Amino acid sequence: MSERHGVTPAQTVGPYLSIGLRWPDGPHVVPPGTPGSFWVRGRITDGAGAPVVDALVESWQADPDGRFDHPDDPRGARASSVAGFRGFGRSETDDQGWYALLTVRPGALPAPDGGTEAPHLNLSVFGRGLLHRVVTRLYFPDEPAANAADPVLRGVDADRRGTLVGRESADGVRFDIRLQGDDETVFFAV
Amino acid sequence: MDHPVSTLPNYRRDDVDAHPPLLSPGYRSTVLRAPSRPLVYLPQRLTEVTGPLLGEGRLGPLDHDLTRQHDGEPLGQRIIVHGRVHDGDGRPVPHTLVEIWQANAAGRYRHAVDNWAAPLDPHFDGVGRVCTDERGRYRFVTVQPGAYPWRNHDNAWRPAHIHFSLFGRAFTQRLVTQMYFPGDPLFFQDPVLNSIPDPAARQRLVARYDHATTRPEWALAYEFDIVLRGRESTPFEDEDDDE
Ligand SMILES: [Fe+3]
Repeated sequence: MSERHGVTPAQTVGPYLSIGLRWPDGPHVVPPGTPGSFWVRGRITDGAGAPVVDALVESWQADPDGRFDHPDDPRGARASSVAGFRGFGRSETDDQGWYALLTVRPGALPAPDGGTEAPHLNLSVFGRGLLHRVVTRLYFPDEPAANAADPVLRGVDADRRGTLVGRESADGVRFDIRLQGDDETVFFAV
Repeated sequence: MDHPVSTLPNYRRDDVDAHPPLLSPGYRSTVLRAPSRPLVYLPQRLTEVTGPLLGEGRLGPLDHDLTRQHDGEPLGQRIIVHGRVHDGDGRPVPHTLVEIWQANAAGRYRHAVDNWAAPLDPHFDGVGRVCTDERGRYRFVTVQPGAYPWRNHDNAWRPAHIHFSLFGRAFTQRLVTQMYFPGDPLFFQDPVLNSIPDPAARQRLVARYDHATTRPEWALAYEFDIVLRGRESTPFEDEDDDE
């Protein structure tokens, strides 16, 4: 093993993140018009309940077959059956603290210990006042059996699990993120 | 396959003082935004050890040169910023997207909410993108950003910096940070840089003046290497046992 190097520390994206991190197609995990696509929308609030208007949410997920087009997936990298599937989305919050991502439902995933992970999105939140990203997961409200068996949800205190499950909404799933305070969203150390 | 996901890359978890604590009251905006509950340990499974591999398709032809994106050249000291992206074991991170943004030479951002009374530069947007090469190397041409005031504390000024965003190879390696310039007299009063507890880690955000790469009669050069987490290929069971 070669000499170890300390990692480069994180710093806040600051208030001007949109200069560097805005992509015209950022929110599109899948191209608009993709069959089965829906919007994940939510509001980010701070410890005073105020909207966080200068944050960025990024998502990462498997495709509907539960596959990743990535060489470190031991099942093999495989292009998605969904045309234009990127797996990744990025959305700034607007002046009311809302973000929005257009995506499709990911498949369940085999867990290395033989169990199954329920369909989920990994989310990173960056923002002014966040010196490092915070990481959470979105689970789906209509998967009660899969969620009950999910090894990550089971590792979260029962009274806080609900913060990781979205709600059905008019055009998809609503998933609010509360950075601090009562009913604070569960954030993970990865 | 009997055990299709029994071996996954395992990214070493960061030391507790490698990154700033989310609650760093000297930086006032953290007070209402830092989560108050402890983070929950997330094992690294398929979603964590994979990540977006975003490549050349996201780059425009002049995205690496922030001085050539308009008809005229921006004002300010032209600089080269280059370096290597590697992991904690020294392995290069090739073909990974690096995004930067910065203030102009006067310390002003091209952004609707930046109302600092310094001039915008019609020839400078302050945004750049590159992919690292097969050896993990990247290179930008830009101008030296100016310091700028903010309202965090009395007579508060941000040291000159360039914002950097990196994806690496996996979700676990995602990093957003800032690069600073050597010898900046404003470091002592900056709560963002000083939020990093370990002085040696703080120093890793300060670029090195690189005279060998400085181009005569053209541009000063700074070298800024970026270290993402190292990775060990170990059976999943090992990680689970650590919980
Ligand atoms: Fe800045």
